Amino acid sequence: MSASENVAIPATIPQAVPARRGMPAWQVALVVLGGLVVAIAPAFVLESFPLFQLTMAVIMGLAVLGLNMVTGFNGQISLGHGAFFALGAYATAILMSHLDWSFWATLPFSAAVCGVVGYGIGFPALRLGGLYLALTTFSLAVAVPQILKHKSIEDWTGGVQGLFLVKPDAPAWMPGALTPDQWMYFVAVGVAGVCFLLCWNLIRGRIGRALMATRDHQTAAEAMGMDTATLKTRAFAVSAMVTGIAGSLSAVAVEFVAPDSFSLMVSITLFVGMVVGGVASILGSLFGGLFVLFVPNIAEAISKAAPGVIYGILLIAFLFILPDGFAGLLRRIAGRLRGRG
Amino acid sequence: MTLHRRALLSGSVAALALPNLAPAQEAPGVTANEIRIGSTNALSGPASSYSVISRCLSAMFKRVNDQGGIAGKQINFIVYDDNYAPPRTLEQTRRLVEQDKVAFLFNQLGTPTNSAIHRYVNQRKVPHLFLATGADKWAQPQEYPWTIGWQPSYRTEAQIYTKYIMEQRPQAKIGVIYQNDDFGKDYVNGVKDVLGARFDAVKLVSHEATDATIDSQIVTLQGSGVDALVCGIIPRFAAQAIRKVYDIGWKPMMFMTNVSVSGSIVMQPAGAEKGIGLITSDYRKDQSDPAWAEDPGMNEWRDFMRRYIPDGELGDNNYTYGYGAGSTMIQVLKQCGNNFSRENVMKQATSIAPLEIGTLLPGVKVSTSPTNYHPIRHMQLQKWDGKSWVRFGGVIEGANV
Repeated sequence: MSASENVAIPATIPQAVPARRGMPAWQVALVVLGGLVVAIAPAFVLESFPLFQLTMAVIMGLAVLGLNMVTGFNGQISLGHGAFFALGAYATAILMSHLDWSFWATLPFSAAVCGVVGYGIGFPALRLGGLYLALTTFSLAVAVPQILKHKSIEDWTGGVQGLFLVKPDAPAWMPGALTPDQWMYFVAVGVAGVCFLLCWNLIRGRIGRALMATRDHQTAAEAMGMDTATLKTRAFAVSAMVTGIAGSLSAVAVEFVAPDSFSLMVSITLFVGMVVGGVASILGSLFGGLFVLFVPNIAEAISKAAPGVIYGILLIAFLFILPDGFAGLLRRIAGRLRGRG
Repeated sequence: MTLHRRALLSGSVAALALPNLAPAQEAPGVTANEIRIGSTNALSGPASSYSVISRCLSAMFKRVNDQGGIAGKQINFIVYDDNYAPPRTLEQTRRLVEQDKVAFLFNQLGTPTNSAIHRYVNQRKVPHLFLATGADKWAQPQEYPWTIGWQPSYRTEAQIYTKYIMEQRPQAKIGVIYQNDDFGKDYVNGVKDVLGARFDAVKLVSHEATDATIDSQIVTLQGSGVDALVCGIIPRFAAQAIRKVYDIGWKPMMFMTNVSVSGSIVMQPAGAEKGIGLITSDYRKDQSDPAWAEDPGMNEWRDFMRRYIPDGELGDNNYTYGYGAGSTMIQVLKQCGNNFSRENVMKQATSIAPLEIGTLLPGVKVSTSPTNYHPIRHMQLQKWDGKSWVRFGGVIEGANV
């Protein structure tokens, strides 16, 4: 039980929110405009391969956000979010390749499936705290690749062969001729943007405070009249839903799903992304996504013989320099600027 | 507005014309003194024991470069780690094709990993040559003309066993036990290729990779009167099958996939004496076989290992594999003359006249044609004598399908 308390990074977020509320309207507009430019510019500046990488990083960031919702904000450690990622990817892949649905139509369906399954997983999670929950979700991640290969559902999942699907084309009404890579980037950024906004909205309000209260001291939260059981199961559902949507996006971006795509490493990678980006941070999740996608490539560029060692060293270095993740760094910089102003 | 549109139009015309002008002298990935070749392998992760293949290939290209390169060009062989994860393979392959602008891809490792890029490379028309996987799906010249495998496929292997059965015991009742996935089904298809209409009489029994044992399947096969058994199963089940067949006193003519014939992993756990008479096949020379101690081909390989990979483990047969695949690639590059365009590389890769390679068994030749995407179609059978595998008979060619 104490493990869940260790995850907590309290206090800073509630402070940041009132500060931002005090920002004048023109500053808010500037920040939004700047954000839009940063989000849109890469599609026209980058070549198709770096753009594809960036698309994957945004998708991983979204998956990390899902994990952050339940582990970071609610203190329920999950080492099995790769399973929801796989579920979302397969839901989209099956609907698109067997039933010829459009990608957009599969998105709510895959979100719903993942939400329901996540809700179901949330129930045993009520009885299993901390490390035991981590192990239970871990077993889920171990089981999923094998379940996907099972004969009884092979007609749908394609077995070990996996399924092929095609990226959505840019709709005809779009101005200019967007390449499929550019359009995929906008799709990923758009969907991820909406999810980030909704999660941010959820966290900064009453429910977010209740989630964090449950994480920080469950007994106290219950004593104050919070229904912690409902909170926890629903947090799991939302979390699975967000990660599942990321899975759907990854399926169309890669245009292929196979059981080997969703090994245990996916779950671990998401966990690494969450810790590096910043536990219990919305924006930090995005940095986590960038980290897990780009740092292995950097490690490989440094040493071909032992990329794993370099990756490990970089990871330790990051944790040492940024003990509370990228988000913590941003907060410190923001705090210093504000202090000076 | 008109001016704007005109500028746009002429700009796009120029952009369209550019790639058509360029390849006359310079194909993608080829400069005056360099040819860039890309590959992916599991340099880390559970499948990383295969990474020695990339090491062997890099050393072979270094030897080519030391000897002056191909048509005066040095070979720059770029290998990226994909962790054996299909999405990573796609990412790294796109990096090779779009960022590093390699001329073509060579010997990427794995069946699921290559599946993930199968369509991408064929859409982009990038040669995807001599893959390190034994699946049969890489030989589809009609649908996927830019992809070609190298080693004999599992299907070819099963064809060879079936041909041998037909020759030795034409009236045999054939049974196949296979793992219910692509790997296992390739064996069923191979038997079918040879038997044609007579395939209906074959007893097929499958099992799941997750099953605990396959004892009941073995008993079923015995009960239905099978006297020639072909096994397309992974090592764990292979050991079980050998032991069970022996224990129930059944003596069929038994063929085991060459994936599952390792002495230490399969034969010893099964009981070395229980496997006497078991038949498998190979297309490579086994470097531990004393018959090849003074073989010129193997000496060429040993000399290469001594000079370029002095710390390499000589007992690892991934090095003889890599040497064979690398020799094939170098032959294709030599055939290209001075034209390394993707079209010509693919054309040469699919028109290899029968080629002997030092690390392959005598009689096993690499050959391809625009309709034959199975570079190696010959294998030699070998029998377990209780201690080691002993080759017998001549090389057998797979069926023409």
